Amino acid sequence: MSAAHPAHHGRSIELQSISKSWDQTKALDSVNISIPAGSFTALLGPSGCGKSTLLRIIAGLETATEGTVRIGDEDVTRRPPDKRDLSMVFQSYALFPHLDVAENIIFGLKTRKEPKKQRTEKLLAVAELMGLEKLLDRKPGALSGGQQQRVALARAVIAERSICLMDEPLSNLDAKLRHEMRVELRALQQKLGFTMVYVTHDQAEAITMADQVVLLNAGQVEQVDAPRALYDAPRSTFAARFIGTPPMSLFEASALGDMGRQLSRDAGTELLLGLRPEAVTPNEKGHLKATIAAAEFQGADTMLDCLVGDEMITVRASGRSHFAAGSPVSLSFAPEELALFDKASGARLIKSQKLVEALRS
Amino acid sequence: MRRDWIYALLLLLPAMVLLMGFTHIPAIETVISSFFSTPHGRRPAHFVGIDNYLYLLEDDVFIRSCWNNLIYAAITIPASIIIALVMALFVHSRMAGLSFLRMAYFTPTVLPMIAVGNIWLFFFTPSFGLIDQIRALFDLPAQNWMGDPDTVLYTVLVVAVWKNAGFFMIFYLAALQTIPEPLREAAKLEGAGRWTFFRRVTLPLIMPTTLFILVNAIINSVRLIDHIFIMTLGGPNNASRLLLYHIYETAFEYWDTASASAMTVVILFVLSLLAIGQFFWLDRKVHYK
Repeated sequence: MSAAHPAHHGRSIELQSISKSWDQTKALDSVNISIPAGSFTALLGPSGCGKSTLLRIIAGLETATEGTVRIGDEDVTRRPPDKRDLSMVFQSYALFPHLDVAENIIFGLKTRKEPKKQRTEKLLAVAELMGLEKLLDRKPGALSGGQQQRVALARAVIAERSICLMDEPLSNLDAKLRHEMRVELRALQQKLGFTMVYVTHDQAEAITMADQVVLLNAGQVEQVDAPRALYDAPRSTFAARFIGTPPMSLFEASALGDMGRQLSRDAGTELLLGLRPEAVTPNEKGHLKATIAAAEFQGADTMLDCLVGDEMITVRASGRSHFAAGSPVSLSFAPEELALFDKASGARLIKSQKLVEALRS
Repeated sequence: MRRDWIYALLLLLPAMVLLMGFTHIPAIETVISSFFSTPHGRRPAHFVGIDNYLYLLEDDVFIRSCWNNLIYAAITIPASIIIALVMALFVHSRMAGLSFLRMAYFTPTVLPMIAVGNIWLFFFTPSFGLIDQIRALFDLPAQNWMGDPDTVLYTVLVVAVWKNAGFFMIFYLAALQTIPEPLREAAKLEGAGRWTFFRRVTLPLIMPTTLFILVNAIINSVRLIDHIFIMTLGGPNNASRLLLYHIYETAFEYWDTASASAMTVVILFVLSLLAIGQFFWLDRKVHYK
């Protein structure tokens, strides 16, 4: 890190029972989240789940109907956006089309009347950091999507704010560039040390970049966890269906025959069972008899949609294997991989060790 | 290949005939006749060189019209542009009764200038007019705004601003609505207040519209004279006489076509200079998307 651009000091964000409603609709319903200082937190959810609204409430561009926003140890609920020590990258980048790259980046510094010498120093440091040195006198219209993205990012980091908010910043880029930017964003965040709050509907983005993923559903927090925990132990059927490509297969317990009925009886409620595609393997000695409904070759893997009774289970098989749609197949799975959900509420049920042992035999 | 050329020409012909017949040929004829004397019955026009132009310099009424028009332009152009922008900014925001307000602002534009003239004639009428009635409420004496050579020019000027501003507002409103909301939010996050945002973002982004409006305002400051026929007929004592009105009177009331042609050429020359100036100088300073 060059001397002209010292590391940011991330600050924590605390959202306490945030609600937001417009006339009839309730966009957010008593949301409680705490975001540790210097962490990379992804707000993940399907469109319309309120994740962008939540971000805008943190930014101060929207005011919550109820609840408090705390940054560091200050209550900022009623504070204007520029007094919250944060910067933001918009989905559309929001670059000023009539200003060149340099002017766009130092827009805020100029607004706050920082001395010219200081401005130039910071500009050069950030331009070097983002690889924008050669583009400083270009207008945004003459830049590619990726370059515009970088300018927006440069504008966000030059102010050395302790929090950076991003609203689906990669959704306008093509797949390859998106992957590169993902790596770059993560590296940048770790290098500069600011707290990142990142809104996305793309679970892969959230899983790959974040320290902590906040999964939102219909204005409520569904689960807050580290990416691995979220993937390994989804706490609801919603989380199970949302995370992973393809997501966890969920099926009626009866698909497992007697074993399934036994599970339901033990749990004392109707069950939905879940299995990740990689937890199931085609195996000649497998207990589970299925018919392959579709086989999709993906290169390294072949994804098999297998019908067990009326239920569909997705299986990740090797790309080298040969399976044809319509043919029968036997499947096996490790019992500890089986996830149990209450069918009525969608909540995850804890399976007892005894159950795992019972399944194994 | 030759066939294509004929085809293209035939397609262009209708437009060309109209354009030539009503714009180019009359313009050239005007320039030519400005170097000839006015034909009278048995005395056809003869070449007089630049005599018609020299005569203009001694024509007090022409000089007076020029000054009047200059004042008229110097006030109507900036006033109508600024008022249009203020109105547009006002109705761009979200508030109750917005569409009614927008309509109210735009109404002057759809009225014919003659009707506008009549409305304002009523406003300015001494004692009975709207303005004097309001003045009466404050015990101020009746005032003959249009009868006083010192104020008459401003009465016709106000009417032109009133007529223009609503029209220009529509263009500004359209331009304002193309500015994306995230730009405002991005600026807000950087601590830019409304005035800073207006000066550093809004104003530059609506410059193309401003340029367009400026061109129109300049043209209108010469062209928009219909209300003078209703309100003042150029009087009293030529105090509200504008160039185009003067040309009209010279040409079609006194039939001094030579003099009127010379004046027309002068206007044309000045307007072309302004157009070239806008094209080569202002255009470069404007950011287009």
